[in-house]
Amino acid sequence: MMADQLLDAKGLNCPLPILRAKKALNALPPDGTLEVQATDPGAVKDFEAFCRATGNQLMESRVDGKVYVFVIKHTA
Amino acid sequence: MEETVPSQSNATSLSMIVTKGTLDWAYPPFILATTAAAMGLEVSMFFTFYGLTLLKKDLNLKISTLGNPAMQMPMMGMHMALPNLVSALPGVDGLATGMMKNLIKKKGVASIEELRAMAIEADVKMIACQMTMDLFEYKLEDMIEGPALGGAASYIEIASKSDINLYI
Repeated sequence: MMADQLLDAKGLNCPLPILRAKKALNALPPDGTLEVQATDPGAVKDFEAFCRATGNQLMESRVDGKVYVFVIKHTA
Repeated sequence: MEETVPSQSNATSLSMIVTKGTLDWAYPPFILATTAAAMGLEVSMFFTFYGLTLLKKDLNLKISTLGNPAMQMPMMGMHMALPNLVSALPGVDGLATGMMKNLIKKKGVASIEELRAMAIEADVKMIACQMTMDLFEYKLEDMIEGPALGGAASYIEIASKSDINLYI
Protein backbone atom coordinates (compact mmCIF):
# COMPACT_ATOMS: atom_id res chain seq x y z
CA MET A 1 0.00 0.00 0.00
CA MET A 2 1.39 3.38 -1.02
CA ALA A 3 0.65 6.29 1.28
CA ASP A 4 0.10 9.80 -0.11
CA GLN A 5 2.93 11.18 1.99
CA LEU A 6 6.06 9.71 3.58
CA LEU A 7 7.53 11.00 6.84
CA ASP A 8 11.02 9.88 7.77
CA ALA A 9 11.22 10.05 11.58
CA LYS A 10 14.07 7.57 11.87
CA GLY A 11 16.59 8.46 14.58
CA LEU A 12 14.17 10.85 16.28
CA ASN A 13 13.16 10.32 19.89
CA CYS A 14 9.95 11.01 21.82
CA PRO A 15 7.96 13.18 21.23
CA LEU A 16 9.36 14.24 17.83
CA PRO A 17 7.86 11.43 15.68
CA ILE A 18 4.37 12.31 16.98
CA LEU A 19 4.89 16.07 16.59
CA ARG A 20 6.22 15.71 13.04
CA ALA A 21 3.38 13.32 12.16
CA LYS A 22 0.78 15.77 13.46
CA LYS A 23 2.27 18.51 11.31
CA ALA A 24 2.34 16.27 8.23
CA LEU A 25 -1.28 15.16 8.81
CA ASN A 26 -2.42 18.78 9.02
CA ALA A 27 -1.02 19.36 5.54
CA LEU A 28 -2.92 16.38 4.10
CA PRO A 29 -6.47 16.59 2.70
CA PRO A 30 -9.22 14.62 4.49
CA ASP A 31 -8.77 10.84 4.02
CA GLY A 32 -5.19 11.39 2.83
CA THR A 33 -2.70 8.81 4.12
CA LEU A 34 0.63 9.32 5.85
CA GLU A 35 3.34 6.71 6.25
CA VAL A 36 5.65 7.32 9.20
CA GLN A 37 8.94 5.49 9.51
CA ALA A 38 10.48 5.55 12.99
CA THR A 39 13.15 3.78 15.01
CA ASP A 40 11.80 4.70 18.45
CA PRO A 41 10.22 1.53 19.93
CA GLY A 42 8.02 3.72 22.14
CA ALA A 43 6.35 5.04 18.98
CA VAL A 44 4.30 1.82 18.66
CA LYS A 45 2.21 2.52 21.73
CA ASP A 46 2.34 6.28 21.21
CA PHE A 47 0.90 6.23 17.68
CA GLU A 48 -1.94 3.99 18.89
CA ALA A 49 -2.70 6.49 21.67
CA PHE A 50 -2.31 9.49 19.35
CA CYS A 51 -4.74 8.05 16.82
CA ARG A 52 -7.28 7.04 19.47
CA ALA A 53 -7.20 10.47 21.07
CA THR A 54 -7.34 12.49 17.86
CA GLY A 55 -9.70 10.28 15.85
CA ASN A 56 -7.23 9.70 13.04
CA GLN A 57 -7.24 6.13 11.75
CA LEU A 58 -4.19 3.93 12.33
CA MET A 59 -4.47 1.69 9.29
CA GLU A 60 -1.20 -0.16 9.69
CA SER A 61 1.49 -0.69 12.34
CA ARG A 62 4.33 -3.04 11.54
CA VAL A 63 8.02 -3.64 12.09
CA ASP A 64 10.35 -3.76 9.11
CA GLY A 65 13.71 -4.91 10.48
CA LYS A 66 14.66 -2.09 12.83
CA VAL A 67 12.13 0.35 11.42
CA TYR A 68 8.62 0.81 12.74
CA VAL A 69 6.14 1.68 10.01
CA PHE A 70 2.80 3.36 10.65
CA VAL A 71 0.15 4.28 8.11
CA ILE A 72 -2.30 6.88 9.33
CA LYS A 73 -5.41 8.09 7.54
CA HIS A 74 -6.25 11.76 8.09
CA THR A 75 -9.78 11.41 9.41
CA ALA A 76 -9.82 14.06 12.15
CA MET B 1 -5.84 -5.26 25.90
CA GLU B 2 -5.74 -2.44 23.37
CA GLU B 3 -8.78 -0.32 22.79
CA THR B 4 -9.67 -0.06 19.15
CA VAL B 5 -12.44 2.51 19.36
CA PRO B 6 -11.51 6.20 19.33
CA SER B 7 -11.51 7.64 22.84
CA GLN B 8 -12.45 11.18 21.99
CA SER B 9 -14.28 11.80 25.23
CA ASN B 10 -10.81 12.21 26.77
CA ALA B 11 -9.56 15.33 28.49
CA THR B 12 -9.53 18.42 26.33
CA SER B 13 -7.37 20.79 28.37
CA LEU B 14 -4.13 20.63 30.30
CA SER B 15 -2.49 23.16 32.58
CA MET B 16 0.97 23.04 34.10
CA ILE B 17 2.87 24.95 36.76
CA VAL B 18 6.53 24.96 35.68
CA THR B 19 8.85 25.56 38.63
CA LYS B 20 12.22 24.15 37.60
CA GLY B 21 14.81 25.60 35.25
CA THR B 22 17.57 23.04 34.86
CA LEU B 23 18.20 21.35 31.51
CA ASP B 24 16.85 17.97 32.67
CA TRP B 25 13.74 19.39 34.33
CA ALA B 26 12.94 21.59 31.34
CA TYR B 27 12.02 18.50 29.32
CA PRO B 28 8.86 17.14 31.03
CA PRO B 29 6.78 20.33 30.72
CA PHE B 30 7.73 21.05 27.09
CA ILE B 31 7.38 17.42 25.96
CA LEU B 32 3.94 17.14 27.55
CA ALA B 33 2.81 20.57 26.31
CA THR B 34 3.76 19.93 22.67
CA THR B 35 2.35 16.39 22.68
CA ALA B 36 -0.92 17.40 24.32
CA ALA B 37 -1.32 20.23 21.81
CA ALA B 38 -0.67 17.75 18.97
CA MET B 39 -3.38 15.51 20.44
CA GLY B 40 -5.86 18.36 20.31
CA LEU B 41 -5.78 19.57 23.92
CA GLU B 42 -5.80 23.21 24.87
CA VAL B 43 -2.58 23.73 26.84
CA SER B 44 -1.57 26.41 29.35
CA MET B 45 1.80 26.76 31.09
CA PHE B 46 2.44 28.95 34.12
CA PHE B 47 6.17 29.66 34.60
CA THR B 48 7.18 30.55 38.13
CA PHE B 49 10.32 30.70 40.28
CA TYR B 50 13.20 28.81 38.59
CA GLY B 51 10.86 27.70 35.80
CA LEU B 52 10.66 31.31 34.62
CA THR B 53 14.21 31.04 33.27
CA LEU B 54 12.80 28.78 30.52
CA LEU B 55 11.18 31.85 28.94
CA LYS B 56 14.46 33.73 28.51
CA LYS B 57 15.55 34.48 24.94
CA ASP B 58 18.95 32.97 25.61
CA LEU B 59 18.59 29.56 27.16
CA ASN B 60 21.81 28.53 28.79
CA LEU B 61 20.44 25.59 30.74
CA LYS B 62 22.59 23.38 32.93
CA ILE B 63 22.13 20.30 35.03
CA SER B 64 23.37 19.75 38.53
CA THR B 65 24.49 16.40 39.83
CA LEU B 66 24.31 17.74 43.37
CA GLY B 67 21.41 16.28 45.30
CA ASN B 68 20.59 14.07 42.34
CA PRO B 69 21.76 10.64 43.52
CA ALA B 70 19.63 8.72 40.99
CA MET B 71 21.35 10.35 38.01
CA GLN B 72 23.47 7.89 36.07
CA MET B 73 25.25 8.84 32.88
CA PRO B 74 26.12 6.11 30.41
CA MET B 75 29.88 6.06 30.00
CA MET B 76 32.10 3.54 28.24
CA GLY B 77 29.44 0.85 28.43
CA MET B 78 28.83 1.47 32.12
CA HIS B 79 26.82 3.92 34.19
CA MET B 80 28.42 6.60 36.28
CA ALA B 81 26.85 8.14 39.37
CA LEU B 82 28.51 10.92 41.34
CA PRO B 83 28.69 11.14 45.13
CA ASN B 84 27.58 14.56 46.40
CA LEU B 85 31.09 15.30 47.63
CA VAL B 86 32.39 15.10 44.03
CA SER B 87 29.37 17.00 42.66
CA ALA B 88 30.26 19.99 44.81
CA LEU B 89 33.64 20.41 43.08
CA PRO B 90 33.94 23.31 40.65
CA GLY B 91 33.54 22.27 37.03
CA VAL B 92 31.61 19.07 37.69
CA ASP B 93 28.22 20.56 36.75
CA GLY B 94 29.72 21.94 33.54
CA LEU B 95 31.14 18.53 32.71
CA ALA B 96 27.83 16.78 33.41
CA THR B 97 25.94 19.39 31.34
CA GLY B 98 28.29 18.81 28.41
CA MET B 99 27.79 15.05 28.66
CA MET B 100 24.02 15.48 28.77
CA LYS B 101 24.00 17.78 25.72
CA ASN B 102 26.08 15.25 23.77
CA LEU B 103 23.66 12.46 24.69
CA ILE B 104 20.67 14.59 23.68
CA LYS B 105 22.17 15.13 20.23
CA LYS B 106 23.30 11.53 19.81
CA LYS B 107 19.93 10.04 20.76
CA GLY B 108 17.79 12.26 18.52
CA VAL B 109 16.18 14.04 21.47
CA ALA B 110 14.83 17.50 20.66
CA SER B 111 16.53 20.55 22.16
CA ILE B 112 14.56 22.67 24.62
CA GLU B 113 14.76 25.58 22.14
CA GLU B 114 13.15 23.35 19.51
CA LEU B 115 10.37 22.11 21.82
CA ARG B 116 9.66 25.62 23.07
CA ALA B 117 9.34 26.92 19.50
CA MET B 118 6.97 24.06 18.67
CA ALA B 119 4.87 24.82 21.76
CA ILE B 120 4.54 28.45 20.68
CA GLU B 121 3.69 27.37 17.13
CA ALA B 122 0.98 25.05 18.53
CA ASP B 123 -0.64 27.98 20.37
CA VAL B 124 0.29 26.77 23.83
CA LYS B 125 -0.74 29.56 26.18
CA MET B 126 2.17 30.75 28.35
CA ILE B 127 2.03 32.92 31.43
CA ALA B 128 5.10 34.39 33.12
CA CYS B 129 4.79 34.89 36.88
CA GLN B 130 4.95 38.65 37.51
CA MET B 131 6.00 38.17 41.13
CA THR B 132 9.01 36.07 40.10
CA MET B 133 9.95 38.68 37.47
CA ASP B 134 10.12 41.24 40.31
CA LEU B 135 11.73 38.89 42.82
CA PHE B 136 14.64 37.88 40.59
CA GLU B 137 14.80 41.22 38.77
CA TYR B 138 14.26 39.70 35.35
CA LYS B 139 13.98 42.21 32.51
CA LEU B 140 11.09 42.00 30.07
CA GLU B 141 13.48 42.53 27.15
CA ASP B 142 15.42 39.39 28.11
CA MET B 143 12.30 37.22 27.76
CA ILE B 144 10.79 35.79 24.58
CA GLU B 145 7.78 37.58 23.15
CA GLY B 146 4.39 35.98 23.53
CA PRO B 147 3.89 34.95 27.16
CA ALA B 148 1.44 37.06 29.13
CA LEU B 149 2.30 38.37 32.59
CA GLY B 150 0.10 37.17 35.41
CA GLY B 151 -0.15 35.81 38.89
CA ALA B 152 -1.73 33.10 41.02
CA ALA B 153 -5.30 34.19 40.25
CA SER B 154 -4.67 33.91 36.51
CA TYR B 155 -3.41 30.36 36.97
CA ILE B 156 -6.22 29.29 39.31
CA GLU B 157 -8.82 30.50 36.84
CA ILE B 158 -7.21 28.40 34.09
CA ALA B 159 -6.74 25.39 36.39
CA SER B 160 -10.36 25.45 37.54
CA LYS B 161 -11.41 25.02 33.90
CA SER B 162 -8.75 22.43 32.91
CA ASP B 163 -9.22 18.66 32.88
CA ILE B 164 -5.59 17.94 33.83
CA ASN B 165 -3.45 20.12 36.11
CA LEU B 166 0.20 19.28 36.67
CA TYR B 167 2.83 20.74 38.98
CA ILE B 168 6.34 20.18 37.66
